[in-house]
Amino acid sequence: MTMQPILEINNLHAGVENKQILKGFSLTVYPGEVHALMGLNGSGKSTLAAILAGREGYAVTEGTVKYRGQDLLALDPEERARAGLFLAFQYPVEIPGVNSTYFLRAAYNEIRKARGLPEVDAMDFLALVKTKMKLLELKEDLLKRSVNEGFSGGEKKRAEIFQMAVLEPKLAILDETDSGLDIDALKVVAGGVNKLKRPDAAQLIITHYQRLLNYIIPDQVHIMADGCIVRSGGKDLALELESKGYEAIVRNQLVAA
Amino acid sequence: MSTATETIEGLVKQEYKYGFYTEVETDSAPPGLSEEIIRFISAKKNEPAWMTEWRLKAYRHWLTMTEPTWQFVKFPTPDFQDITYYSAPKQKKDAPKSLDEVDPKLLETYEKLGIPLRERERLAGVAVDAVFDSVSVGTTYQKQLAEKGILFCSMSEAIQKHPALVQQYLGSVVPYTDNFYASLNSAVFTDGSFCYIPKGVRCPMELSTYFRINAAKSGQFERTLIIADDGGQVSYLEGCTAPMRDENQLHAAVVELVALDNAQIKYSTVQNWYPGDEHGVGGIYNFVTKRGLCKGRNSRITWTQVETGSAITWKYPSCVLLGENSKGEFYSVAVTNNCQQADTGTKMIHIGKNTRSTIVSKGISAGRSQNSYRGLVKIQKSAAHARNFSQCDSMLIGSKCGAHTFPYIEVKNATASVEHEATTSKIGEDQIFYCNQRGIQTQDAVNMIVNGFCKEVFKELPMEFAVEAQKLLGVSLEGSVG
Repeated sequence: MTMQPILEINNLHAGVENKQILKGFSLTVYPGEVHALMGLNGSGKSTLAAILAGREGYAVTEGTVKYRGQDLLALDPEERARAGLFLAFQYPVEIPGVNSTYFLRAAYNEIRKARGLPEVDAMDFLALVKTKMKLLELKEDLLKRSVNEGFSGGEKKRAEIFQMAVLEPKLAILDETDSGLDIDALKVVAGGVNKLKRPDAAQLIITHYQRLLNYIIPDQVHIMADGCIVRSGGKDLALELESKGYEAIVRNQLVAA
Repeated sequence: MSTATETIEGLVKQEYKYGFYTEVETDSAPPGLSEEIIRFISAKKNEPAWMTEWRLKAYRHWLTMTEPTWQFVKFPTPDFQDITYYSAPKQKKDAPKSLDEVDPKLLETYEKLGIPLRERERLAGVAVDAVFDSVSVGTTYQKQLAEKGILFCSMSEAIQKHPALVQQYLGSVVPYTDNFYASLNSAVFTDGSFCYIPKGVRCPMELSTYFRINAAKSGQFERTLIIADDGGQVSYLEGCTAPMRDENQLHAAVVELVALDNAQIKYSTVQNWYPGDEHGVGGIYNFVTKRGLCKGRNSRITWTQVETGSAITWKYPSCVLLGENSKGEFYSVAVTNNCQQADTGTKMIHIGKNTRSTIVSKGISAGRSQNSYRGLVKIQKSAAHARNFSQCDSMLIGSKCGAHTFPYIEVKNATASVEHEATTSKIGEDQIFYCNQRGIQTQDAVNMIVNGFCKEVFKELPMEFAVEAQKLLGVSLEGSVG
């Protein structure tokens, strides 16, 4: 394949004060691909998401991360976002008093400015947003509310996917977007993710459970344990994991190694 | 996490934009306070004897008073003998007859501040009275207002032209014995705005006063009196700025509002006096008494304030709800940064039956500042079925500032209902990171979060003011997270 990878993580070691969390993590993601990253709590999945998005408080001690050919770790979080990296948060924060549409338009225009495109005014943006809402079958009152304020768990996750639909990232990282969702909400979220699949963009779906993968078909599944990927495979790997459990797979892997 | 905290601590470096000084010749009284000075001021203004007497009574009363010390602010006692109590730009003749006769330098000053006074450049629909140091330099739109019977002029002019109204209402809401600074103001006030809305008249435009302190070591003591007669309605805006100086300057104003039957007064303030530098040197002491009397039935007084300036702010715009079914409202945003101190809030005194009051206060503290809300809700025995709702929210930016709430509630009638809600939050690193992750840089994120926090108050402001207030907030907090 001659295509340039969207994401290229090589031997990443990182952690917080005195605690190593990622221990030689490597992963390459190409445009058009959907990767699922699975693992038990504490295996380092969310740390990886946080480091990719640029959250402060983590120290990278070894390894490199390239995003579309450039050194991702050298960029500020907002520069990463403007370059098309999107993180759907596990726990989206509430910003009281800040209108959702206003917020999203600010984000959208930052990305456009970074690409040298003119900003979009409120009317045009509203039209764009409405088409995306239809796509995701969301209620329009969401746009009138403050960012995540008073949203239920499911609404927050849907709102994240909605933001993703509007911002059209090159790389979307979904950090346990499925956690805490009932089956209907799960279907809506998964349906949204599937509709947003594009040949020039990739998705990295971090999840604890296999059930999300009943609705999203990944190209690759990776199982993570103790800070690195212990096994990779196709979508069948998720099913194997479901029947045998993490422990068996992780143990076999370690024995084999 | 530590970097983010430092980030949050770094945010306030913007220079005070209005800190320039205008070179004008002034006509000043020698510094200090005495009966002679008061007679001098009164004579300068060619005041009738009753006015001079009132001032002297206030002065004599003031001499018996001591400064209040209960407020949660720290500052050295001002030397009241070192203040110049009268400073006016010198005029070629006596008072300017029209704006054409006003010193062009003064007009330039107001233009720099974005307050055009000249006829051709006037903001559509806003009548302005501009007070420079101690005197009013020009009131716009007087003629158009006069056609409706509305009186809008400087206080000095009102004393000459409308003495009956002034005598009837001056001191009727804030008596000259009220408090230390109000008494001082009563003795030495030099100008201010006066407005009378006749029966049944709805003022067709926003009225506005713009206060500017220019001269060094001078105090500004303006006196504003607004009366809305039966069914009258008016919306009034007040703005303030001052040059940057190393010493502290005293601003001790008094504002009195009187609303008669079915009248409505809305008084909005955007206060941006020089706050001092980042080490707390200089800045205005803003010790102001503002009070409205809902004298008539169904009357309504609304105070809206956005306080971002001054080294020390000490003010409690209040409502005395005397008339049955009258309503008092107070919406406030107070921002403190660097070494600023604010002790501000309101008093709602319920006397009449079925009186209602609403208090929404938003305090934002950054840097090493201290921001206090102090509010009194008092329900008198006579105020059957009175209702109050208070909401006081504080937001902290960084870890070296303080937010305090001092609510006082006195209820003497069992049919009354009083509700008080208070919250304190810290501007979250999580919120900022969330915005960053959507491509919004930290400074913009802080502005957005703070504006969201203040939304309930901003929506009460007149349109143009709301825009100005949002910008001001951005400037005030610039550098508080970086």
